[in-house]
Amino acid sequence: MHEFRFEPVQMPASAEALRGEVRAFIAAEVAKGAFTPSRNSWSSFDADFSRKCGERGYLGMRWPKKYGGHERSALERYIVTEEMLAGGAPVGAHWIADRQSGHQILGHGSERAKRTILPKIAAGTCFFGIGMSEPDSGSDLAAVRTRATQVEGGWKITGTKVWTSGAHEAHYLIALARTGPKEQDRHAGMTQFIVDLSHPGVSVRPIYNLYGGHDFNEVVFEDYFAADDMVLGGVGVGWKMVTSELAFERSGPDRFLSTYQLLIESIRAVGPDPDARSANEIGRFVAHLATLRRMSTSVAGMLERGAQPVVEAALVKDVGTAFEREIPEIFRQLITTEPTLGEGASYAELLGMTILRAPGFTIRGGTREILRGMIARGLGLR
Amino acid sequence: MSDIRDDLLKTVDRIFDEHCPKPVRESAETGEWPGGLWRALEEIGLDRAALPEAAGGSGLDFEDAMLALRRSAYHAAPLPLAETMLGGRLLAAAGLAVPQGALTVAPVQSGDQLRFTRGAAEATVSGAAHRIPWGDLCAHAVVAGELDGKGVVGLVSTSGAVRGVEKNLAGEPRALLEFSSTPLTAFAPLQDAPARLQAEGALYRSVQMAGALERSLEYALQYANERVQFGRPIGKFQAIQHMLAVMAGHAAAASAAADAAVESSRLAPDDFAVAVAKSRVGEAAGKGAEIAHQVHGAMGYTREHNLHYSTRRLWSWRDEFGNETWWQSRLGRAVAASGADALWPMLSRL
Repeated sequence: MHEFRFEPVQMPASAEALRGEVRAFIAAEVAKGAFTPSRNSWSSFDADFSRKCGERGYLGMRWPKKYGGHERSALERYIVTEEMLAGGAPVGAHWIADRQSGHQILGHGSERAKRTILPKIAAGTCFFGIGMSEPDSGSDLAAVRTRATQVEGGWKITGTKVWTSGAHEAHYLIALARTGPKEQDRHAGMTQFIVDLSHPGVSVRPIYNLYGGHDFNEVVFEDYFAADDMVLGGVGVGWKMVTSELAFERSGPDRFLSTYQLLIESIRAVGPDPDARSANEIGRFVAHLATLRRMSTSVAGMLERGAQPVVEAALVKDVGTAFEREIPEIFRQLITTEPTLGEGASYAELLGMTILRAPGFTIRGGTREILRGMIARGLGLR
Repeated sequence: MSDIRDDLLKTVDRIFDEHCPKPVRESAETGEWPGGLWRALEEIGLDRAALPEAAGGSGLDFEDAMLALRRSAYHAAPLPLAETMLGGRLLAAAGLAVPQGALTVAPVQSGDQLRFTRGAAEATVSGAAHRIPWGDLCAHAVVAGELDGKGVVGLVSTSGAVRGVEKNLAGEPRALLEFSSTPLTAFAPLQDAPARLQAEGALYRSVQMAGALERSLEYALQYANERVQFGRPIGKFQAIQHMLAVMAGHAAAASAAADAAVESSRLAPDDFAVAVAKSRVGEAAGKGAEIAHQVHGAMGYTREHNLHYSTRRLWSWRDEFGNETWWQSRLGRAVAASGADALWPMLSRL
């Protein structure tokens, strides 16, 4: 059996100073009116804010300096991301590029891809989408139909991706495509490509989500040409890369802080002298949150040491997203209000928005059911 | 993992394997003191493992002592090891000598208050203390309370003080002790002694529950892989796999919360971390035990299978030294009083 151990991490000596610096930056931006603390932090697109983050060295933190990075540790990066989320900063524009795409390019991209793309991500001027899901391939990622065929100097890609967050505002996405025949091993014959969304052969159509926002898109490739040096890793190893990428995608503080703004606004609404039931529920959420943070920082420590904590990451996401979803369900019964459609300007709107966003938490980045299957495999049941 | 910790684990596990078989657990539930097992623990100094070396400790660090306690719970050892460690730590913190033998502590329920007096010759304690763990089988109790508004701790003989013995769901004795101007054999001030007793007790129960939950998960996984229905092990069914994945989440969260509280409580219990741990681990105990039993079907509903040694402890310990509601409310009131904007700075300090 896989033993799940979430060892403590020693935060770096720079941690407190860095934390203070990020907090001061966010407070100054809020004071300037650059943004209102967002109810929707990592889904809020704000290119200006991302550029400022780049200027301050908060993006590409772990990457080598020669690619525009800052050679800092995974835990320093963790501190910056959790402060951004807790502060409600609009980090959506750069989120995917900084969290996972850049890391993939650094590890598996060609020298040209690294030199042309990474410095722009680190500068906060280059944004990515995720090109994994398709109309007939969601949880069953190995069923992708997007096909890439070899041509002179590169590949021609044809197919359709869906649920591509931010594709209408991003510069690139990393697309998973089938390059070999379906074999006994369903996971063979898949390859990842960097796709430039400004090039011909790509069209983007909005898919409005449950709360009426434009976040998702459908992205259609028709004979899109990808040069050989836009292949990530080797041809046919796409699956392995996708699964390791997910360890980065799944264990971060974004997997339990999605409704943090509702939690603090609810605590504010309850006031300094809560009744017995409210005190109990607030205490319970704080206990869950403190524990999740411990587990998540521990995974950051494992990533720092070069481990591949794929199952631990799945576990943090499963437990973390269940927590996120419970917050609106409990507080709607403690605070007398009716959820209201809107952008989160009032408590009723914040509650309404959170209720409509909540179903996504346990779907995006791997459904709860897929994660539980992975955990079960880790436990030796499959 | 350090080599010392690795060796400690092996030694501790060997002792429990050897001295804590089913008959020992069974006879303990009838009220018999497991003397052989206790002597084996004393021989390696486990009863004093949580004490500072200057107070007669065995030189282990606090994390190691708590790891040993966790293993004792994993093995469902029917002993007041937590209480002995706790009583010893309170005495040592007050600068008092720690006696040989098993110790219990009092009071353990928030409604019970002991009264202390200090005469010319001696100090005494009076009052009733309910549900004192192993109170009938420990020769001494470490008692905490207040005198003139200041915390005090003392050592008292339990001889003649036992008014009745109940059992918790695991069959562990919980005694009613009544003192009536009973002289204390040792007595000293200790800041916030009653709160400290409660918090440190909650910490130890959290550690113990993490161990019992780990064992329950192992039993459930083993059973799911062995029990065949419809032509295959039930662990091959997705419904069972998902239940066990949920249980693994609770077990992992319980361990993480208990570990974090231990790391913050080396010298004295950290109130915030202990409140988090007792709340989170207590919730995990109930939810985890439910799944473990559901996976075991009728077999787990018997005394023939060993699962009940772990789950009955979980159902008992989650209510001792303050249940989830007690700790969550305390935590919730503190958070609300500090204000919404103080929450993140507090969480990120950990």
